[in-house]
Amino acid sequence: NVGLCIALWDVTKLEDSYIFPGDGASHTIVNFRYVVFRPFMDEILTGKTKSCSKEGVYVSIGIFDDILIPADAMQHPSRFDDKEQLWAWEYETDDGKHDLFMDIGEEIRFRVVDEIFVDTTPSGPDGTANQPSEISDTESKKTPYTIVGSISEPGLGLLSWWNS
Amino acid sequence: MEVVNENSAMLSNFEVYGLLTDIQAGRGQNKPNKHQQQLATITCETIKYLETKPCKHQSEESITEFMKELQSFNLTKAEKGQILNLCPTTAVEIQLIIEESEERLTEEQIYKLLDIIVKYNPTEADQEEDNSAEMDSSND
Repeated sequence: NVGLCIALWDVTKLEDSYIFPGDGASHTIVNFRYVVFRPFMDEILTGKTKSCSKEGVYVSIGIFDDILIPADAMQHPSRFDDKEQLWAWEYETDDGKHDLFMDIGEEIRFRVVDEIFVDTTPSGPDGTANQPSEISDTESKKTPYTIVGSISEPGLGLLSWWNS
Repeated sequence: MEVVNENSAMLSNFEVYGLLTDIQAGRGQNKPNKHQQQLATITCETIKYLETKPCKHQSEESITEFMKELQSFNLTKAEKGQILNLCPTTAVEIQLIIEESEERLTEEQIYKLLDIIVKYNPTEADQEEDNSAEMDSSND
């Protein structure tokens, strides 16, 4: 429950090496520091929109793809357009309502509001392993680390909305 | 494996970028290829991501000077880290990064902060403008 591990930073302590009976390798207790990607709560990040669905917008930042901005964290008011399969912010100006679509591949700024850690270590063999593959993919695939974002504040959302 | 300390320090994009370019350049121990493959993938992807960020143009000296100037604003470590990594260019971004910025900073201070950010973190567009401005002035 630490985050996305990237690379070793340094080793701080090396203790004695032990050899255990029945095992030819030597085992050493090592204290080390690791570089981990883990945005803190309320941090602002910029990524690219990956896909849209009724649940919300999926964002990717290159190294990490499991970022979701759920439907209730969009700018108010927003709606999901079934024809385009995209989310749109219904922006009101004096001229009337404009639909600002959240196209795929656009740069988007969001705030981290929650993170979900799921234990994906394989469980022991049990009866369910023998079931035919009627189980849908979404049920069996669990991402170990998901970030939940929000774009419901001024300045958040597609960069193109605020940079003109 | 036991986690001793979940968060022993916060690193800026610049520091992580430096570490990863060192790893990619081959500094450090050489391990068998089987173990290095995943490290190579994540190193490559992360470097690609960080190169799109302003940290590519930062240097250790510019960051030290930048931090010294930020001291007068009474910002938390997280806020200073975010400003360093994101290099906001508009007041709206500053309001997002700094909590209760309307109460803690006057409008004048926000503009002063933006000026400092631009001074120490010129974007490529600014650098090109500077280069063409210098060329024009030298041709006179």
